[in-house]
Amino acid sequence: MIDRDAVGAEGTPFEMRIEAGKIAEFARAVHAHHSAHAGEAAVVPATFLTSQFFWEERVDDANPWHLAKMSQERGMHAEQEYVFHGPPPRAGDTLSARSKVTRIWDKTSRSGRVLTFVEMITEFRDDTGRLVAEAILTGVEPQEAP
Amino acid sequence: MSTAARLAGTEPAPRTLGPLTVTDFVRYQGASGDFNPIHHDHLFATSSGYEGPLGIGMLAAGAMNAWATDWLGPDHIRRTRMRWKRPVFAGHTLTITGKVVAEPHEEGQDYVDLEVSVHNQDGELAVQGWMRFVRPPSAETAP
Repeated sequence: MIDRDAVGAEGTPFEMRIEAGKIAEFARAVHAHHSAHAGEAAVVPATFLTSQFFWEERVDDANPWHLAKMSQERGMHAEQEYVFHGPPPRAGDTLSARSKVTRIWDKTSRSGRVLTFVEMITEFRDDTGRLVAEAILTGVEPQEAP
Repeated sequence: MSTAARLAGTEPAPRTLGPLTVTDFVRYQGASGDFNPIHHDHLFATSSGYEGPLGIGMLAAGAMNAWATDWLGPDHIRRTRMRWKRPVFAGHTLTITGKVVAEPHEEGQDYVDLEVSVHNQDGELAVQGWMRFVRPPSAETAP
């Protein structure tokens, strides 16, 4: 059962270091072959910020997603979005990030089943405080039939 | 209206991945840090009701994004949205395709908007995506 009181919950800020080796490893895993993913100033693959959770889980209370109490069995990743307010981050950048549960809403499927959606937005800022990227995670949990 | 040659119609060929293996899943899990056992532990996956290790949505979506950034350049992407339509499994073969749907000029900047998708070996839609790039200098997308 989703806890709707999670809306507005904000995690502790966490640091994410963007590293050349990790970019090369991730690019290989997703078959990203562009030469810009190589070298000491490598640019991240478009979905690389998903590795935020490695950094987020190391900091107490950084990830507010758990507060929504989505079912481990029935919950699914429905949609994901990344917004870049300029060129994406590069190796050597250290980002300051913070996640917030922004919305919880219901939708009825065509088969008449109620689906509950949870959205979490993570903002990534550079060392000057400029917003460089946002990750928008949407999960869905079909409600159990009454 | 931009004077640059339109990119619609110059999309790269589809990219085929697979048949996917559990090794592909493990490689992605190591890279991303998501170690959910449902993607590599056969006993865990079957006891959860799946026929075998469940493919990783973000791996298929990541490959879909890579198809586009390999073409238009990873520095030029400004927005990407992906939606999962059905699961993939080990043994599946994925085909990534995409096309330019708009080339707008907004606030002094030329953009390229794409619609992309991943289909499985039976032609069923697995992942849908929408992306916006700033228009790369023409030399960077020349064949």
